[in-house]
Amino acid sequence: MVTQTILPLRLRDARVRKNGRVIVGPVDYELPADGFTIVIGPNGAGKTTLLRMMHGMERLASGAVEWQVAEKRARERQAFVFQIPVMMRRNVLENVAYPMQLHGSSRKQARAEAARWLELIGLAEAAERPAPVLSGGERQKLALARALIRKPEILFLDEPCASLDGRAMREIEAVLQSAHSEGTRIVMSTHDMGQARRLASDVLFVHRGRIHEDGPAARFFEHPQTPEARAFLQGDIVE
Amino acid sequence: MNDILQGLLEAGRLVVTLDPDLIEISIRSLEVTLSAVLISSLLGIPFGAWLAVKRFRHRRAAIAVLNALMGLPPVVVGLVVYLMLSRSGPFGVFGLLFTPAAMIIAQVIILTPLIASIAHQAMREMWAEYHDLLISLNTTRWQRIKALVWDGRRALLTASLAGFGRGIGEVGAIMIVGGNIDNATRVLTTAIALETGKGDFALALGLGFVLIGLAIAVNWLIHILSRTEVSGQW
Repeated sequence: MVTQTILPLRLRDARVRKNGRVIVGPVDYELPADGFTIVIGPNGAGKTTLLRMMHGMERLASGAVEWQVAEKRARERQAFVFQIPVMMRRNVLENVAYPMQLHGSSRKQARAEAARWLELIGLAEAAERPAPVLSGGERQKLALARALIRKPEILFLDEPCASLDGRAMREIEAVLQSAHSEGTRIVMSTHDMGQARRLASDVLFVHRGRIHEDGPAARFFEHPQTPEARAFLQGDIVE
Repeated sequence: MNDILQGLLEAGRLVVTLDPDLIEISIRSLEVTLSAVLISSLLGIPFGAWLAVKRFRHRRAAIAVLNALMGLPPVVVGLVVYLMLSRSGPFGVFGLLFTPAAMIIAQVIILTPLIASIAHQAMREMWAEYHDLLISLNTTRWQRIKALVWDGRRALLTASLAGFGRGIGEVGAIMIVGGNIDNATRVLTTAIALETGKGDFALALGLGFVLIGLAIAVNWLIHILSRTEVSGQW
């Protein structure tokens, strides 16, 4: 049986309003089916809200977020990794197994698959430890394994490497590149320009709640089209 | 001071000699209160969790009412249950008045709001923590409640133990609906009230110490069985 892809994702005149103020939008954008998209922009530009909006976690004030399939089916094939990962009050293995159990796998099946993922991300020895006592890097790896265990078609990540040391960041990036090479579409926000250059195939530059510029990473980094993007890349303060 | 010492001695005597009356009313106390706690927990915990995850129009008012119901006067509850179960009442046909079942019903009414309210508080904090993850995982409301209740089970145990604490020491409602009938509905608290009325303070105090000991023992046993305060647990 051929499974229909949920991509591309289309945002049509989408806006998110909070406390009476539009904080993201209007956004008209089509996210292509392939690629590793990096979302960058100054603090408070709306990167997190844009990702949450794409994932369907923000109520739209207007417009639409459209997938190739019905929203319910599309939601089942997405995953999200938060900047501060949520650690369920269970052990590491059960945290990773949880999404599989939600969708009908038996406990045994889910635990076996979770154990395989823990091996892959180097957390096998921590399997029986309570998740909330893990270090920052370990938490983020756990969150990544939990997001990838159901092989999502698209994975959103909100600054997953913020406040991680170099080694943890390298390990996370390796997992992301491996997932991407196996066909997972990735959309990730970051503050780290080095990381953006290493990973991005295309870039979304967000400024004042709008997608200010988008395109292939090489072109964006070499020839930014707007003064704001140029200033941002030069390390100037962008208001 | 002398009375307290005599009470302690009397408590010791009752326990050491395994006084049959003491054993009987202690078992009945536990049966009534543990049954009421179990039923109240089955009702109150899911309700508290549901209230934490569900948004509806009069939610704040519902929480305020629930919190207010924690302070329900047991005597009033006893009176209402009495009227409901008495021969002329709507449930008189079941013949439950002056039976342990009536005492359990009264205690369920008293304990459910208490357990639900404490459970709601614990679940609300967990929901704030879990919200983004469970929404992102596209969980149903039932799956959310299940995850919160399972992961918060140790906090919820506190809610049930608070219910047990209130139930085991409760006297007003069960005195009215149970009638404090010897060999039928007499429990530790109603026996204490009776002995105090008769002026036998040593025996009343002795039963009081047994009651306190029993409450501590049940709490301790539940903590042991549920492995709280063990490293690596929550």
